[in-house]
Amino acid sequence: MAKKQAVSFKLNGKDVDVVVEPRELLIHTLREKLQHTGPHIGCETSHCGACTVDLNAMSVKSCTVLTVQCEGACVLTIEGFAQSGELHALQESFHLDHALQCGYCTPGMITRAYRLLKENPNPTEEEIRYWMAGNLCRCTGYQNIVKAVQSAARKLSSAAAA
Amino acid sequence: MIPRPFEYHAPQTLPDALGLLRQFGDEAKLLAGGHSLLPMMKLRFAQPGHLIDLGGIAELKGIRQDGNSLLIGAMTTENEIIWSQLLQTKCPLLVEGARQISDPQVRYKGTIGGDIAHGDPGNDHPALMLALAASFALRGAGGERVVPADGFFIGTYETAMKPDEIMTQVRIPVPAQGAGYCYAKLKRKTGDFAAAAAAVVLHLKGGRVQEVRIALTNVGPTPLRATEAEALLRGNRPDDAIILQAARLAMSVCAPSADQRGDAEYKTAMAGEMTIRALTTARQRAA
Ligand SMILES: Cc1cc2nc3c(=O)[nH]c(=O)nc-3n(C[C@H](O)[C@H](O)[C@H](O)COP(=O)(O)OP(=O)(O)OC[C@H]3O[C@@H](n4cnc5c(N)ncnc54)[C@H](O)[C@@H]3O)c2cc1C
Ligand code: FES
Ligand code: FES
Repeated sequence: MAKKQAVSFKLNGKDVDVVVEPRELLIHTLREKLQHTGPHIGCETSHCGACTVDLNAMSVKSCTVLTVQCEGACVLTIEGFAQSGELHALQESFHLDHALQCGYCTPGMITRAYRLLKENPNPTEEEIRYWMAGNLCRCTGYQNIVKAVQSAARKLSSAAAA
Repeated sequence: MIPRPFEYHAPQTLPDALGLLRQFGDEAKLLAGGHSLLPMMKLRFAQPGHLIDLGGIAELKGIRQDGNSLLIGAMTTENEIIWSQLLQTKCPLLVEGARQISDPQVRYKGTIGGDIAHGDPGNDHPALMLALAASFALRGAGGERVVPADGFFIGTYETAMKPDEIMTQVRIPVPAQGAGYCYAKLKRKTGDFAAAAAAVVLHLKGGRVQEVRIALTNVGPTPLRATEAEALLRGNRPDDAIILQAARLAMSVCAPSADQRGDAEYKTAMAGEMTIRALTTARQRAA
């Protein structure tokens, strides 16, 4: 067995240190070692996006990243969204616009939408559909997810303007 | 789905990476974006004992123009290509192709060098490289060599690269002003590999085809150049009738294998259809 390696990174703003085998996938470190079970495992074959986390300002599928690749990285998961008990605009919009049913895809959806809105604060419906295509939802039919991202975009840009 | 155990190395310079590659030989694999290699390792189709991560090597990144060439570091990601102002202006075909690769998450990680070096006929960059007359800079123990895309793809997962070489840069001659272009890709669903796709670069002069390059994705063991179709078009007006004939010639070089995306006959027909669409759009765009 290969030697274990120490890896340090920031998880939702806090420093974490883990010791992992090089073959350990980030999703397993997050869920099993760090008790961050927001990122879900849907397919484990890089297709569904349920495991999406934000890694150094990129949306990535954490089932297709090795934890050892995250030395010094900044990782954001759904657990990092609400601040002092207040929901993030995206969480609030997903709730109000009914953008989830079973909720399995939701942490990945919101984490992906977060990075999309950082890069493009006012996306069209077409842009949302194109840039969120890596996240599958088996329940909603996507209509309300698109709406929720649009309402969050409005909320975030009016908050930024204020 | 967890890969077999391996040791992980994160060199910070190219000479260090080359040294590790030499040291571990057959046991070693280079890791770029990991979005072809890690899935294969999870399925245990690949079982390297040593993984050499190129992610920390700054000189493998970046996009710039040098004279008449566009120079793209092998570790440049698909999203970096899509967002590059330089490429949007000077080489929109590459941007149009990258936009059709997989999904946003994969495009944050997947690199142009990995997409080419992997030798997967389903990947989109290889045909784009053939259409753009690109070449690749390869660095090995004996120094650097530059090889053209034509002839680089030898078989499925097989390229002209030697095991001790690292691809450092993709070099694309800046397409002439007014060149028409198109990447037409048929896929079953968002994020899928091509059932068939065609990449076209088209230069017109006085309404006639001065130069044209046509390359096909996923309809053979390697990307394919449709050279007879190109020859037919050269010197002629690219009207619908000759485009149809060219598509037939393109179909005649196809040898796809059947899978869930369709049988050989269907994929060949779709390669013809993609050739028609790519040529027609390129004609519209050509000045
Ligand atoms: C769900 C999904 C859908 C996809 N759909 C598409 C698609 O539609 N079109 C498409 O083109 N691709 C697709 N891909 C593949 C994806 O684009 C990969 O990222 C790409 O094929 C490989 O690039 P990488 O940087 O991830 O390389 P890696 O996976 O890290 O490496 C791939 C291979 O290339 C070698 N290699 C990498 N870099 C170098 C280098 N600089 N020098 C020498 N050897 C090197 C590695 O050793 C390895 O053998 C898809 C992937 C997934 C997971
Ligand atoms: S679990 Fe990672 S993409 Fe599905
Ligand atoms: S809400 Fe059930 S998968 Fe999206």
